[in-house]
Formats: sequence, C-alpha cells, structure tokens
Amino acid sequence: MMTVITSSGNNKNSLFDKRFGRTAWFCLYDEETKKTTFIENTDNETSNGAGTKAAEKMVELKVEKVISGDFGPKAKDLLDKFNIQMVIIQDDGIKVKDILEKLKQ
Amino acid sequence: MSFRIAIASGKGGTGKTTVSVNLYHFLAANDGLRISLLDCDVEEPNDAIFFPDASLVKEVEIFRDLPVIDTDKCTFCRRCVEYCEFNAIVVIPPANYAEVNASLCHSCGACIVACNESAITERKETIGKMTSFRPERNMNLIEGRLKIGSSMQTMVIKELKKSAPADDDITLFDAPPGTSCPVVETIHDADYVILVTEPTLFGLHDLKLMVELLEEMDKEFGVVINKAGLGDQSLYDYLQSNQLEVLGEIPFSQEYAGLYAKGDILNKIPQEIKNSYQSIVEAMELRRSKK
Repeated sequence: MMTVITSSGNNKNSLFDKRFGRTAWFCLYDEETKKTTFIENTDNETSNGAGTKAAEKMVELKVEKVISGDFGPKAKDLLDKFNIQMVIIQDDGIKVKDILEKLKQ
Repeated sequence: MSFRIAIASGKGGTGKTTVSVNLYHFLAANDGLRISLLDCDVEEPNDAIFFPDASLVKEVEIFRDLPVIDTDKCTFCRRCVEYCEFNAIVVIPPANYAEVNASLCHSCGACIVACNESAITERKETIGKMTSFRPERNMNLIEGRLKIGSSMQTMVIKELKKSAPADDDITLFDAPPGTSCPVVETIHDADYVILVTEPTLFGLHDLKLMVELLEEMDKEFGVVINKAGLGDQSLYDYLQSNQLEVLGEIPFSQEYAGLYAKGDILNKIPQEIKNSYQSIVEAMELRRSKK
C-alpha cells in the first residue's frame, strides 16, 4: 500500500508539513518494499486550487492513505471520491521520520 | 454620455453608503438631471434601505454559464486543464475522471475553446439578482445582490452596470470595501472616483492602498473626510504632503450616526452636513461640465 506524508523538505529529517495542498514535498512510502521517495509539489504556490491539484496527484500515484495536518473541503471531496484515507496529525515540530517510524510499527 | 462617479474607500465603515446616498439625493435636487445609483456592494447592498418609499420597478435573476464535462465524449487529454487559469478542472486519465469544480470556476469559457471533442457544454447557474427601484421620477436605484455561497461578485457587478439607463446624466457606483477584484470592476470605467475616509489610523492605512490602486489605474480622484473630529492629524498630514484634493469634510456626530442606523438620513439633514454636500456637488458638477 502506498502512503503519502506531507513534508517541508526532501528527506526523512525534514519537518512534517501540516498543509496538504500547499506542502513543499510529498513523501511517498511503499509499505511493501519499505522504500520512500520524495516528490516535489509543483503546484504549492498556485493562487487557486492547490488542494484539488494535490488530491489529483494522490489519485495518479495510486495512494491509499494521506497523512497531513488538515484537508480543505475541495481536496477532501476528491480524496473521498477515490476512497483515499485521510489521516490528520496536529502535532507541531515532528519530523517525517517520526511518522514513518509509527507506520512501520 | 453619462458622467460616472464611483464612491470607494478601502476601509469598510468609513461612509461610502452615506456619501453615495446623500450625493444621489443632492444631485437629483438639481432639476431635470437624470441620476442612477448602482449599489455595487453586492455582498451586502443597503442603499435601498434609505429610500423606503421608492417604487419597485423590476427584479431579475442573474445567471452565469458553468461548464459541464461529458465523460462519454471526453478523451481525458487534459487540454482544458492546461487552459484553465483557475485550476477549476480535475481530469484524472487512469480513473476516467473529469469534473469542473464550480467554486473555483470563473466562467471564462476557455475550456470550451480548448476542447476538441465538444465534450464540454454549459448550464445556467443563478449567481444573484438585480432589483430596480425608482425613488423619484428622475432617479433610478439598482441594487445587485450576490447569491449566498457564490463568489461571482465581479460578474454581478458587470451585469448591474449593463442595466444602467443609457440616458443618465450622472451614474453613481457605490463600491464594496477593499481594493480587490469587485472594487476594480466597480471603478474601472468611472470618470471620477470619490474616496471616503476617516481620520483614524485604519482609515489612513486603507486610503493609501486605494490611492496606490487608483494611481495604477490612472483614475482621477478626490477625498471626502467623513467623521471629521475623530482620530488624529496623520490623515491630514498625508493628504497635504501628497497634495491630494479634499472635496469636503463631514463632521462626526453621534446623533447623525443614530439616524443612519434608523435608515433615516435624508429627512432632516443638519445644516452643516448640507453645506458639506453642496460643495461636493459643486465640485462634481464642475468635473462633469469639463468632460
């Protein structure tokens, strides 16, 4: 199963980004192979529809679970439509690797 | 052709409506002039409240065209997505998914031009309504009212302007607060802009934003200081050092504010307020004669 964690940088030591559509990077984690890949969010500075763009990307990447700080209504609608599970973490200052650890447990 | 005056402010609550309604009243007192007041503050129009005896002329709905994608015809080529400036279209080829997000769509029609498969058609969606009143024989008051939940302010304002009588001598546009798109839409075709401000720090801050906008738009404008006597000197210093034209000052009065709250500012206008408007009216007449 593919999971995405929103990340402020391109490696596991980066801070978890609590924004979904406006996140800088997506950390793609494959539960089968335990491999992580970082994908840059090229739409995070668009004036409109960053959330829908990000949700669209999740569908294209065949992601089944997204971990972020919150999801806007338009992104949520789209993720719901494609049965992508949304997980909200509201903690400040945690790193991507902390979330990966929890996923592996 | 009509002389068009927009009344704007930047900051909300400085007195755009008070100035618009009074100016409308005093200009119309000049016999024979045909005046329209367009309430362009479509998110919460309130000019009509001050004319309770005006006769209702008509009420019409305002629509916009919303694109709809037929997924049977769609080839999921994403050309429409590339054309859309507002990221309002989601097309996910592997999922055979194509949909327009109504809350992001600006009804510009670019996606229809983009589509080579004729897969996009349009349906009508209500975005608001327009109500016309006639307070006096030579006066028209037209109010735009955005439908709750819609974000198509500029389109409602556009339709409102189209409905202004062509034989007006003067048309007043009561603008919404702020400096964003609905304000630009309201003032872009005005011959003159009246900026209503108040001598407070907030009033000054937002006046500066408005002055920057008007300079960029190359608009002629003058300033009306409302609630004079409140606040401090900083507004006056700014106006003087930038040599901006002051059209008039309206003194602050709690009693007058009370009348406003009752919707009753045109029946017993205090003499000093009358004098202020007379000088603004004269300044506007002078501008109009030069046009």
